[in-house]
Amino acid sequence: MNKESAIKIRVANLYKSFGESQVLRGVDLEVHQGESMVVIGGSGSGKTVLIKCIIGLVQPDGGEIYVDGLEVSNLNEKRMNEVRKKFGMLFQWGALFDSMTVWENVGFGLRHQTHLKEEDIRRMATEKLALVGLRNVEDLMPSELSGGMRKRVSLARAIAIEPEILLYDEPTTGIDPIMADAINDLIVQMREKLDVTSIAITHDMKSAYKIGDRIAMLYQGKIIEVGTPEEIKNCSNPIVQQFIEGKSEGPIRIVDPALLTLPSRSQRRGDRDEQEKGDY
Amino acid sequence: MRIARLPQAGTKRLALICEGGYLNPFSWIGNHTIRFLEEAGRIMILFAQTFSWVFRPPLEGREILRQMQEVGVRSFPVVVITAAFTGMVLALQSFTGFKRFGAETMVGTVVALSMTRELGPVLTGLMVSGRVGSAMAAELGTMRVTEQIDALYTLATNPIKYLIVPRFLAAMIMLPILVIFADIIGILGGYLVSVQILGTNPTLYFRRTWNFLELDDLYIGLLKALFFGMIIATISCYQGFSAQGGAEGVGRATTKAVVISSLTILISNYFITAILF
Repeated sequence: MNKESAIKIRVANLYKSFGESQVLRGVDLEVHQGESMVVIGGSGSGKTVLIKCIIGLVQPDGGEIYVDGLEVSNLNEKRMNEVRKKFGMLFQWGALFDSMTVWENVGFGLRHQTHLKEEDIRRMATEKLALVGLRNVEDLMPSELSGGMRKRVSLARAIAIEPEILLYDEPTTGIDPIMADAINDLIVQMREKLDVTSIAITHDMKSAYKIGDRIAMLYQGKIIEVGTPEEIKNCSNPIVQQFIEGKSEGPIRIVDPALLTLPSRSQRRGDRDEQEKGDY
Repeated sequence: MRIARLPQAGTKRLALICEGGYLNPFSWIGNHTIRFLEEAGRIMILFAQTFSWVFRPPLEGREILRQMQEVGVRSFPVVVITAAFTGMVLALQSFTGFKRFGAETMVGTVVALSMTRELGPVLTGLMVSGRVGSAMAAELGTMRVTEQIDALYTLATNPIKYLIVPRFLAAMIMLPILVIFADIIGILGGYLVSVQILGTNPTLYFRRTWNFLELDDLYIGLLKALFFGMIIATISCYQGFSAQGGAEGVGRATTKAVVISSLTILISNYFITAILF
């Protein structure tokens, strides 16, 4: 029991396909209490689908997900909502409600899950915004914020209801390197100050090393390697090595090499004529 | 999908496409029927879910009022102008007909009956589906593609309850109210044209309107409006919720919301009339 309780989230043999394409093909992952797990993988490797399965936004086709020992992948909407109260999620582009001001966004969870008074909600929203380093933005609309600020507000919204688990969907994508580093610092602080368990998905290795206690690599719908940042850096798996060093050549093939060799001009013209005739 | 290259285009290609099922009339009809039924089924499921959430308190009072303002108050000018000119043209047209057998005073009856039973609810429904249905689909579609609907789930809030129920209730309440105004304005428009331009006796015109109009005529119109409100909200919200693929997807959802809800209004209008005849 003792060892079991140390595991906060356990994903076992998770499968998910969309139509013909199999995105997850048996994912296994364990995240311990208070740990910061980073899942790395290429674009389209199913990272986002994985965390959306964990928080119940996507229904998996097979496999189990345990949160605090409770199997959650088949819960009904009402019970899933109870489980979701343990979670906070930072979305890739913030996903702020653009019909509401910043403080209303941050206070949304409080307004709907507690019976606090408006002024208390506003005060708590202001506190959370200060925690992510934002001041005097309460009455702005999301459209008036920069990309980095949107992510911070989204983070403030995610931590407003004091979740036990935080999920980060590409926390550093789409913002400048300095802001990205500031977000990384924030994520580390969140873990230290709030003692949360977190799962972050990213393809930014700098971020992964900084925020992760452990790193897992998702490749072709499976976790192929899990380890501390140090272990991952020194991992002998050529797929992992290629990914963390960001090389286009190696076992992971992005595009068919034959397509990369450009034909000569006359050849291309001939091809095009033929294609117009033959291809539908 | 890439079909093998053919040296000669034309008939052979056509044959290939036919075998592939693109132009085979049976598979075309089959595919479209299945897709139609699938979508109709999903809309009905959403309708049932929405309906069940209506009875589960607490309701989002603030959001409902905001939507009522959007659906009702902001649509008011459009509906008034539509109704006024419809009533006016109706008076002109029926006058031409009735004059041929000396029944000019019946114009009032025709205008009143057409407005309350038919044109009031249908034209209001069509105008509102264009104005409000498109806005609903665009707003919810944008929320879908920017993950705001997912964010609602993660904040333990059901998007059907929070987003669709207020729109559904607002449309259901405001459409009949708009139709009452449309009826009154339409009848007034007919009156103005008949009395001021065509020179009908005002007392006679009014009496012909009042004496032949029954409360049932009004009720039928309002019942239709109630249904049209539900149709507009459900279909537009469904289209918004199932939008995918960025700005283009939102645009497509918006167009579909208006086209499908307008068609559904026109088709269901016939059946509601036939049942209540």
